[in-house]
Amino acid sequence: MNLALAAQINSFLAALVLVTAFGMLVQKRVYGLIHLFAWQGFFLSLNTAIVGYVAGKHHLYISSVLTLSIKVFVLPYILHVLVNRLKIRRDVETVVNIPRTMLIGIALVIFSYHLTSPVRELSTLVTRSTLAVALATVMIGLLMMITRTHAVTQIIGFLALENGLFFAATSATYGMPLVVELGVALDVLIAAFIFGIFFFQIHAAFDSLNVDQMARLKEGE
Amino acid sequence: MIGMNTSMMLLILLGVPAFAAVVLGFVGDRKFAPEINIAGSAATFVAGIGLALEVLERGSMLAGGKFFFVDAFNVYLSVLTAFVSMTTAIFSRRYMRREREHGRVGHVGMRFYHAMFQLFIFAMLLCLLTNNVGVLWIAMELATLSTVLLVSLYRTPTAIEAAWKYFILCGVGIAQALFGTVLLSFAAEKVIGEGGEALLWTNLSAVSGSLEPTVLSLAFVFLMVGYGTKVGLVPLHNWLPDAHSEGPTPISAVLSGLLLNIALYALVRCKVLVDGSTQSHHAGNIMMGFGILSIVVAAFSLLRQKDIKRMFSYSSIEHMGIATFAFGLGGPVATFGGLLHMLVHSLAKSAIFFTVGHASQMHKTQEMSRIRGLFKGNPLVGWGLMFGVMAIVGMPPFGIFTSEFLILTATMKDAPYLTPFLLLGLGVAFAALLRRVQPMVSGEIPPYQKPLKVANVPVLLHLALVLMLGVYMPDFLNNWFHAAVELLK
Repeated sequence: MNLALAAQINSFLAALVLVTAFGMLVQKRVYGLIHLFAWQGFFLSLNTAIVGYVAGKHHLYISSVLTLSIKVFVLPYILHVLVNRLKIRRDVETVVNIPRTMLIGIALVIFSYHLTSPVRELSTLVTRSTLAVALATVMIGLLMMITRTHAVTQIIGFLALENGLFFAATSATYGMPLVVELGVALDVLIAAFIFGIFFFQIHAAFDSLNVDQMARLKEGE
Repeated sequence: MIGMNTSMMLLILLGVPAFAAVVLGFVGDRKFAPEINIAGSAATFVAGIGLALEVLERGSMLAGGKFFFVDAFNVYLSVLTAFVSMTTAIFSRRYMRREREHGRVGHVGMRFYHAMFQLFIFAMLLCLLTNNVGVLWIAMELATLSTVLLVSLYRTPTAIEAAWKYFILCGVGIAQALFGTVLLSFAAEKVIGEGGEALLWTNLSAVSGSLEPTVLSLAFVFLMVGYGTKVGLVPLHNWLPDAHSEGPTPISAVLSGLLLNIALYALVRCKVLVDGSTQSHHAGNIMMGFGILSIVVAAFSLLRQKDIKRMFSYSSIEHMGIATFAFGLGGPVATFGGLLHMLVHSLAKSAIFFTVGHASQMHKTQEMSRIRGLFKGNPLVGWGLMFGVMAIVGMPPFGIFTSEFLILTATMKDAPYLTPFLLLGLGVAFAALLRRVQPMVSGEIPPYQKPLKVANVPVLLHLALVLMLGVYMPDFLNNWFHAAVELLK
């Protein structure tokens, strides 16, 4: 595989990651969101493997397999089970003002390109142009967490944000050292365990997973 | 042979809490679980002392194949962390038993509480001792995750809300820090070359002069927002008063007393690298801005509080603001003051939380308007709270007076235009805290107050240390602080 082709495939997969991020921003159904998240993880994993092949970095294969197993299978599976157990599979969230959210998303992409331009100029890596997309994915995850009010959606936003960070590490430096990647994966798994418990606690205390009702802790009360 | 010793010492220091966490996970809600918790923390503290003696003898060093790194800056924080964890474990023995009797915590809750307490200590020590900035990030996230479910231990709607906020806001915040770390590793690979060594702090600080300044400035913004969220700096502090006031009091004590310090430690480590690269005061200015804003906003928020733990959480924000401001200001005097401030604030604040825990158990409420007559009801709790608050507002001869005085002097010299803001914050906090505490300690015992057997050793020990640091600074500590000042220059 020559470098030019690799760079093109890399950009193409980056575009797909960004498309799934935008998809998640406006997806109303819980199942749809989980599927989009799994697809995003799949593109990420494929991209990591290709970068690993082109750059000759074999530890990226491990990252790729790790991403594939955790983000495409384990996490979506856990989310599926939780959604079934808590009987929220039919929940449809009201997403307010989709056009405005999309416009903010686009602004964030442009902002990310602007912010990462010094890094892009300095870098010699094949993947340098995708760092902006990675940062944009992080920002869109953040936006999703702000605009949504359902606990499950917020968590998926958080996980998408984490996808963006992983993508950033691959684009900027061909991945972090293996010990760091393994540690981050471990943290994500612990976080999954914790939000699982949380869903049940929230459900028991508030009778639904809508975090809008959480407004008791205010100043001066 | 000696290097072997250090590695062993580190292994014990980190191994004991990790092992104790597993053991306590199995022991669960048995009668002697709190004692095992104390024994584990005490063993950790002894190992911490052992490590400190090694450092005293040999100076800073690498261990475990460059994976760990001990110098004057992290050794005193490690000993402090181990010490406060031990006293908190002693305090929590009676406190948590009583909560169990009152039915606020169940069977599973107690198992969880003890295991997570030890895991939390492990995570904080790993943060301090690791040489790898990536692992630093992982351990910081682990410290957050291990305490999230402790905040929601009581399962009340407010506790769950607080824990959810803590989980989400700190998760998002710390994600920014990971992006900053990625940028840092990008800049490092240009200089150090690819491979696992590019994220080692010792390597980074050796070449910090040749790291690309534009990339590091950008990285610092992300690191500042990320770790700044965990330090609880305004305007990233929203989660802190909730998380620190809704959980069990021993957890409030270690969150306020220790975890905030650890996050600030991470931030300062990153600042050193950025300063070396940019050769400017860019990072320092950002930290000073966040610091002064935190001091002023937190001081005014103190005035409006009705819940006693919430009020002292705001006081933590104020004090972390002071320390952040001091490190941002830089220079030998301010940095020395900042280091001392981290130490004395941690001791004083955890002592206050111990007495606050007792006081709220005596009155079965955290509402300040219902806490009365502590002097008469229980002199140790009353006077402990009074002296703790006098220490925290910076009255002489307590140690916080010394650190705040140093920071104030340095401000007047290096950034005189900020002195009024600093004084305003300190003054308002002084008035707000004393005004609230005075009616709680004085007066007659209200009819609903219940007498209580209290753990007096932790409170007395902490306050005695804060007092001692105000009048006499041991030589070794002085030397460490001077060495750390050199390091952070």
